[in-house]
Amino acid sequence: MDIAFLYETFVTLISAIPLTLQLAATSVALGAVLALGLAVCRLSGIWPLDWFARGYIFIFRGTPLLVQIFLIYYGLGQFREVRRSAFWFILRDPYWCAIIALMLCTAAYSAEIIRGGLQAVPHGQIEAARACGMSRFMVFRRIILPLAIRQALPAYSNEIISMVKATSLASIITIMEVTGVAAKIISETYRAIEVFVVAGAIYLAINFILTRVVALIEYRLSPHLRQAPALPAVAAGEMR
Amino acid sequence: MNTMPDIATTPAIEIRGLRKSFGPTEVLKGIDLTANEGEVISILGSSGSGKSTMLRCINMLETPDAGAIVVAGEKIAMKTDGKGKATIVDRRQVQRIRSELGMVFQSFNLWSHKTVIENIIEAPIHVQNRSKAEAIAEAEVLLEKVGIADKRNHYPAHLSGGQQQRAAIARALAMRPKVMLFDEPTSALDPELVGEVLRVMRSLADEGRTMLVVTHEMGFARDVSNRVIFLHQGAIEEQGHPGEMFTNAQSERFRKFISG
Ligand SMILES: Nc1ncnc2c1ncn2[C@@H]1O[C@H](COP(=O)(O)OP(=O)(O)O)[C@@H](O)[C@H]1O
Ligand SMILES: [Mg+2]
Repeated sequence: MDIAFLYETFVTLISAIPLTLQLAATSVALGAVLALGLAVCRLSGIWPLDWFARGYIFIFRGTPLLVQIFLIYYGLGQFREVRRSAFWFILRDPYWCAIIALMLCTAAYSAEIIRGGLQAVPHGQIEAARACGMSRFMVFRRIILPLAIRQALPAYSNEIISMVKATSLASIITIMEVTGVAAKIISETYRAIEVFVVAGAIYLAINFILTRVVALIEYRLSPHLRQAPALPAVAAGEMR
Repeated sequence: MNTMPDIATTPAIEIRGLRKSFGPTEVLKGIDLTANEGEVISILGSSGSGKSTMLRCINMLETPDAGAIVVAGEKIAMKTDGKGKATIVDRRQVQRIRSELGMVFQSFNLWSHKTVIENIIEAPIHVQNRSKAEAIAEAEVLLEKVGIADKRNHYPAHLSGGQQQRAAIARALAMRPKVMLFDEPTSALDPELVGEVLRVMRSLADEGRTMLVVTHEMGFARDVSNRVIFLHQGAIEEQGHPGEMFTNAQSERFRKFISG
């Protein structure tokens, strides 16, 4: 074991962590918004919207993310219309192509998770909100969404973790995130095992922290699912 | 035989010619009912007779097919669309009228992610735009009144059914409703918890609140209400003062119904 080399690799790879996190955070955040829209389409009961969302989810869940990245980065540039469009300055940039591909992909998975969460909201609680005179939008914002998020969070945390790992695919279109930098070191040193072990450990550490953070959020959001708090002696005495 | 309170005011609720079908089955076949201010009306009838549907049409949780709903003199605007289906004209009018009617459900329907006090202050703050301090102060008075002040910061899941229903009543009262609508408020409760909820409802009746109560509690119907309505297959079969109805009902079906 060459501790010095491992350490050197580690220090170099650390400098790429911000880019990995940035790719993951941006695509997950944008993807969540898109996913919410898709989930609402799926549940809208308006068939063109429903079928659009179904088709979208079918395509983006059914094809490999790597293929999607290639198609967006190399494929779209083949069309002259795209090259001349206002979006070309974004679509020629590998960074934004990676973000777009990751976002579109996570949106497909997240839409189904969110749909499950929305469907699990008890109907009676929605009815109680309507009976109070809340507008449809207020019912959604104040009652349905908070309940759906609580329901969906455990499954959604898996999705976030898989997105952190999926950012490594961006290296294929020249993005120098953790895996991209690792590949470059390997091409210079031919020491694949050591470099990938360090890179793997970095992803492991990121996801470990991420899991803890999500678990904490989950804990904070779900006091109603836990045992009632132990009552102080005085209050307990008043209980019937 | 019908003892109406002789106060000459606009009725709290007027239902005229109310009809409602689900698919081919007509569930309400033309209901006329006037609830005067301060009246407590018990609505009885066997399961499936349309009691819930009638109550839910009053605050438009179900859209009636025909007929008129008038709340405190204000008619809910309805129109028939191109396909001949009745629809609401002004969503905001309905929302405002809903906020003036307190609804209590059989299954409580408290918002599970909010504590008892948060449940109570939610609509006063967000629908009625009252200040948080005012809403909390009023909620605390209501919690005291329904006897669960010590459960202020508990989540619904940590309460008994009776406590949950009392919290739901407090939530409805927090909107300062003109009329309270109860849909079998004690039917989901263990027998030993029914009394605590009925006590709260009785105290509301004693305050002179206008209440429409769908119930199977014959004791409540007989002792607390001013009027009993007996619904059979979507029509009012008989109505009258409970004293009359329970001793001297015209309807054979109602006599059978109360004898069990
Ligand atoms: N949303 C609905 N869709 C279809 N049928 C319904 C619906 N709600 C109620 N019904 C039917 O209408 C009839 C009356 O129901 P309901 O008003 O709930 O009666 P009750 O409250 O007196 O038991 C029943 O036959 C019931 O099956
Ligand atoms: Mg019912």
